Amino acid sequence: MKTQFNTPDFQKEMNTMTTSMKSKIQFAPQKTLPKTPTGINGFDEITMGGLPEGRPTLICGEAGSGKTLFSTEFLVRGIVQFNEPGVFIAFEEKAEELSKNVASLGFDLKKLVKQQKLRIDYVHIKRTEIEETGEYDLDGLFIRIGHAIDSIGAKRVVLDTVENLFAGLTNQAVLRAELRRLFQWLKEKGVTAIITGEKGNGTLTREGLEEYVSDCVILLDHRVSNQISTRRLRIVKYRGSLHGTNEYPFLIDEDGISVLPVTSLKLEAKVSSNRVSTGVPTLDLMLAGKGFYQGSSILISGTAGTGKTSLGASFANQVCNEGGRCIYFAFEESPEQIIRNMHSIGMNLEKHIAKGLLKFHASRPTLYGLEMHLVMIYKLIKQFKPAAIVLDPISNLITVGSVGEVKSILTRLIDFLQSEQVTVMFTALTMNTIVNDQTDEGVSSLVDSWILLRDIELNGERNRGLYIIKSRGIKHSNQVREFVISNEGLRLEDVYLGPEGILTGSAREAHKLQKQMENILSKHALGRKDKEIERKAQELQARIATLNFEFESIKEALKNDSIEEELRQEVLQQNVDKETLFRDNKSGGGRENGRSINAGKNKRK
Amino acid sequence: MAKAKAWQLRLYIAGETPRSQTALKNLKQYCEKHLKGQYEIEVIDLLIKPQLAEGDQIFAVPTLVRKVPEPIRKIIGDLSNEEKVLVGLNIIPVGMSSAVKGN
Repeated sequence: MKTQFNTPDFQKEMNTMTTSMKSKIQFAPQKTLPKTPTGINGFDEITMGGLPEGRPTLICGEAGSGKTLFSTEFLVRGIVQFNEPGVFIAFEEKAEELSKNVASLGFDLKKLVKQQKLRIDYVHIKRTEIEETGEYDLDGLFIRIGHAIDSIGAKRVVLDTVENLFAGLTNQAVLRAELRRLFQWLKEKGVTAIITGEKGNGTLTREGLEEYVSDCVILLDHRVSNQISTRRLRIVKYRGSLHGTNEYPFLIDEDGISVLPVTSLKLEAKVSSNRVSTGVPTLDLMLAGKGFYQGSSILISGTAGTGKTSLGASFANQVCNEGGRCIYFAFEESPEQIIRNMHSIGMNLEKHIAKGLLKFHASRPTLYGLEMHLVMIYKLIKQFKPAAIVLDPISNLITVGSVGEVKSILTRLIDFLQSEQVTVMFTALTMNTIVNDQTDEGVSSLVDSWILLRDIELNGERNRGLYIIKSRGIKHSNQVREFVISNEGLRLEDVYLGPEGILTGSAREAHKLQKQMENILSKHALGRKDKEIERKAQELQARIATLNFEFESIKEALKNDSIEEELRQEVLQQNVDKETLFRDNKSGGGRENGRSINAGKNKRK
Repeated sequence: MAKAKAWQLRLYIAGETPRSQTALKNLKQYCEKHLKGQYEIEVIDLLIKPQLAEGDQIFAVPTLVRKVPEPIRKIIGDLSNEEKVLVGLNIIPVGMSSAVKGN
């Protein structure tokens, strides 16, 4: 059928069809296998839809790997979420035992049975009670399953663990033939079935069931390394469908199974150009004045006691101050301890917790495996929907996994966080003091921003230095700044360049004081000069005044001279007049005399 | 259907197949031979009454179940091997009782 649909002839035919028909038919060949969603967290994502519909799927794994739970959850979710009744054929556990075992996960099988949605049939095979003589077949089992399916109209069937038949019956040839027939028959029935099988030595199942069930095989695994166990799931094969091929860690907790669709292999996460403040205004300034990008990942690494936790807490505090939610994953200290310690630097985290903005999740790294940590983080983020998270510190995770594993975990975490637009701040402890390293659990290449805190030992004291190694897409300062943790909080000191480079701590203070002194001195010097100028000016002014005075007196003298001259001229004239008059009186007549007097009078006036 | 019968046997079959016919024929033969007058056979066709399969934990057919005397014993197959059937049902064959007892 399938190949036929894909031939070019068929395509041509399709094209000639009317559009209405085409739209109807086109659907069938383009869609891959129809699938039945399991409802199990994350599983449907990695299988791109669920289990193959109407076909049997083999789930194999060691004892205790979660086969029965997986199958039960498949049925229960089928009933609750998709309204598809289910049948559980148990070869191992009695119905009551099964109900009890899964009750702890919140599955109420009894209720579902009462509602006629679920049927549990316990097939008990006890070798001591059974004798075989001659030929037989397993029609009895078929009839039982068939009856169970028909009585509630089941769409989903679980056979757990059908291999128990092998323990009860000796005629292997019959058994194998019958099993083959059974799976074929289940297909014909059109039910989506799960068959579980115990893992054998070197084979997927002890009895080679994978031979019969060839559509979909899922392997569950339960590994213990360094005394920490991790459950994993792998899709060994899935005929006719795309699927993830990795081993996916999964978690069994109070909500049942959660599979982690760990790597989205594509780098397609949305990016935001919104910025979030670091909580340290001076650090924001180093990052073009605005802080990090929303949804970016920030690594803070440094040696012990350089203030990584303080910086992380300050970031969390800032996020909450702005009304965002934040989860603080503490792997080293208890929440109370962090809250108390942050009080000492003027940060009140309690009020954010009270408001429900901040959530602490503290766990020892050794509590469970790395994958479990990831699943926990994943679940919490899905529930709490924070704007940012802080992981403090990731270096502690190394204790439960190798560097490679930690890196893979963090890659997937960063991937996930990016897709959720959650800003993440990691802190990491570097063991050595030489800062060359690209170590830091190898995440430095993954993170968007990397801030390094380091000790600066100078003049017999230890100070903290901070610099930004990288910050993608943000113009950032290249300076090494002194990072000061004070009662009022965190701040970065201005750069003090001395003759031997950057000055920190008391050297910086000394430098500051010296600068101040120089300032005062130079101010003083300036004052003196000013005074001198003033004095000079005064002196000159005085001289100008004297000169003016001199000039005035000269002017006066000159003026007096000219007046004197005039007077003299006048007096001389008068004298001349008087003399002439006198001469006239002595020798001249009366008429002439009178006229000349009048004339003389007129002249003077 | 007298209750007093010491042997109550139940044969589960799935339809009138040659195999179930053989089984029934064999069973009747052995009972006549060794348990004459003390037995009672009930044949249950699971195609007609599938709900009965669960009660006696039937998964293969034909299955012979010895309900009484207890404990319950099951023999699956067409009962073609007389000795196995007798051992399975714990029937002491006629004429061999002393030998078995002596054993």
